[in-house]
Amino acid sequence: MRSVFPLTALALALLLAGCGSSDRPEPTEDAAAVDLLGAGATFPYPLYARWFNEYAQQSGVRINYQSIGSGGGIRQLIAGTVDFGATDVPMTDEEMSRIPRGQVVHVPTVLGAVVVTYNVPDLTEPLRLAPDVLADIFLGVITRWNDPRIAALNPGATLPNRDVLVVHRSDGSGTSYIFTDYLAAVSPAWAAGPGRSKDVRWPVGLGGKGNEGVAGQVKQMPGSIGYVEATYARQNRLPAALLRNAAGNFVAPNANEVAAAAISALELVADTPDLRLSIVNAPGADAYPIASFTWMLVAPELIGAQKTRALRAFLEWALHDGDSVAQALGYEPLPTALADRLLGSFDAQLGSQSAPR
Amino acid sequence: MSAPTYPTARTMSSAERPPRSNARGDRWVGWGDRIYGALITACALAIPLLLVLVAAIIARSAWPAVSTVGAELVTGTTWDVPRGQFGALPAILGTLASSLLSLIIATPLALGVAIFVSELAPPAIRRPFAFLVDVLAAIPSVVYGLWALYVLVPFLREVVMPFLGDTLGLGALPLFKGPAYGPSLLAASLVLSIMILPYIAAVARELLQAVPRSQREAALALGATRWEMVRDAVLPYARSGLVGAAILGLGRALGETMAVTMVIGNRHELPSSLFQPAYTMASLLANEFNEASGALHVSALMAVAGILLAITLIVNAIARWLVWRMEART
Repeated sequence: MRSVFPLTALALALLLAGCGSSDRPEPTEDAAAVDLLGAGATFPYPLYARWFNEYAQQSGVRINYQSIGSGGGIRQLIAGTVDFGATDVPMTDEEMSRIPRGQVVHVPTVLGAVVVTYNVPDLTEPLRLAPDVLADIFLGVITRWNDPRIAALNPGATLPNRDVLVVHRSDGSGTSYIFTDYLAAVSPAWAAGPGRSKDVRWPVGLGGKGNEGVAGQVKQMPGSIGYVEATYARQNRLPAALLRNAAGNFVAPNANEVAAAAISALELVADTPDLRLSIVNAPGADAYPIASFTWMLVAPELIGAQKTRALRAFLEWALHDGDSVAQALGYEPLPTALADRLLGSFDAQLGSQSAPR
Repeated sequence: MSAPTYPTARTMSSAERPPRSNARGDRWVGWGDRIYGALITACALAIPLLLVLVAAIIARSAWPAVSTVGAELVTGTTWDVPRGQFGALPAILGTLASSLLSLIIATPLALGVAIFVSELAPPAIRRPFAFLVDVLAAIPSVVYGLWALYVLVPFLREVVMPFLGDTLGLGALPLFKGPAYGPSLLAASLVLSIMILPYIAAVARELLQAVPRSQREAALALGATRWEMVRDAVLPYARSGLVGAAILGLGRALGETMAVTMVIGNRHELPSSLFQPAYTMASLLANEFNEASGALHVSALMAVAGILLAITLIVNAIARWLVWRMEART
């Protein structure tokens, strides 16, 4: 299996190239043949909607996407009712084994990050937090804002003598998954306790529904701390804590820092074909530690060669020409070099799977 | 001119036809009745059938969780999805507590509104007043939720909770203990009571207005004051219906989702204090169903839906029984 890998990949790449050029003159015929249906994650939905819309105008390929949630996307893909899924949480091996035919390829499309937001009266500088302190706040070990461990990270700041009120997501969410994935990566106590999941048993705090629910509670409750999706935090100008990353630097959840997380995390796994990568706590000097991919899920053997080719063509366009749209909407596009590498890896996986067509 | 001739023409023609139209018409009328009867029966049966169907689908989807988790679903207090622990008791009790509390708050108010509109209000403001109360029922629940989140909850946290807990010293009682988060069982019950008030008030108003005039006049003629007339003549007359109205409100409170989810705090903990965050079954479903991880989680949520359905059915059955009992007595 492994040995035929490069050969079939090459064959497929040639085939794709060939198809691409022969299809291009008559895009309308292609559109009539392939209309794609997808479902899944809500986080990338605004971006996907724009991407699909613009791509339809350019290529004539219509793609319909329903944002029913990551879990729903995975279920629909397994049930075979959609051509592709989309998720913020990589599929488990068990879930992947339930795909009726062939395998699922995880294709990262954009980067996401989670911001720790807070409401601490009298604090003028951005709050600085270290991984162990953040984990202990969410574990309920640190309960006061003037705790010496918080004060040590924020020299010169006036921290109130107030209860720390934790706010978390009450709905199952990819944002919660990324956040708990990070806490589990940096805190053994968290990994052994609540663990990583879209919904965990939170040791303390109260739940808000959606990013807006958490942000609303945090905005109103003096002394509160919560986490929201980075694009949401940016659009609503929420205060964002600086987090100490694996390299020991305090970093903000800005575009470069999030991209740095992806690049440095991928350097560690140079040749993996499996793109279900967790990029939390990435090693780069500038890497923002709570970052993640969001994926499209493609099962080539389930949908056949024609639809797979159409999806591959869309991804090629989205990851290169779709960058500006992503940025305009506040998403973090994949760095170009990374996009090329991911597409290559996708082709390789595709080749290994859809060779016996 | 034509007016007097028209009826004659009509009776004439119908008088001429009988022999022919009877021979054919009877058969046709018989069929028509039968088709009509079948159609209506089918429509009537469709509704209970729908309920049975819903219950069956829920039961089937809930079965994997019921068979693996068992009684733990109803008695367990730990809801830990990654570890496969699904104890819904906090949500069940939270639902019952928030609904009953809201009913206790809303019923007297709604009754007051109904009495005011039907007995006391001057005719000029009666209709606009009743209309305004009805409009409360038309406000989408998410709007109530937002209002509660941005107005009611801060008010509770900054004013009401410190007042009750510290100024009145009720904080020592278990019912009022705990830090003043804001989102809490109390906040949810208050929003719910506002939401169910118009339903109870509207039904109660109709019931009071249906009380015969003679009933009131008899009471007044005996020398009753206005309040005595309402208390002794009007309310007892409508009593069984009023219980039904309150239960209608309770049914709505049990199922209300959006506004409650926004202010109850969504915490899987047994509700012990009015100030603490809690959970309800409807909120649990709204929160976790979309992104449920794994088949067992979905199944456990379906089981919670089944419990919610069962509780609503039981509440309605009790209401029916209360109404019957009261009707039998009067």
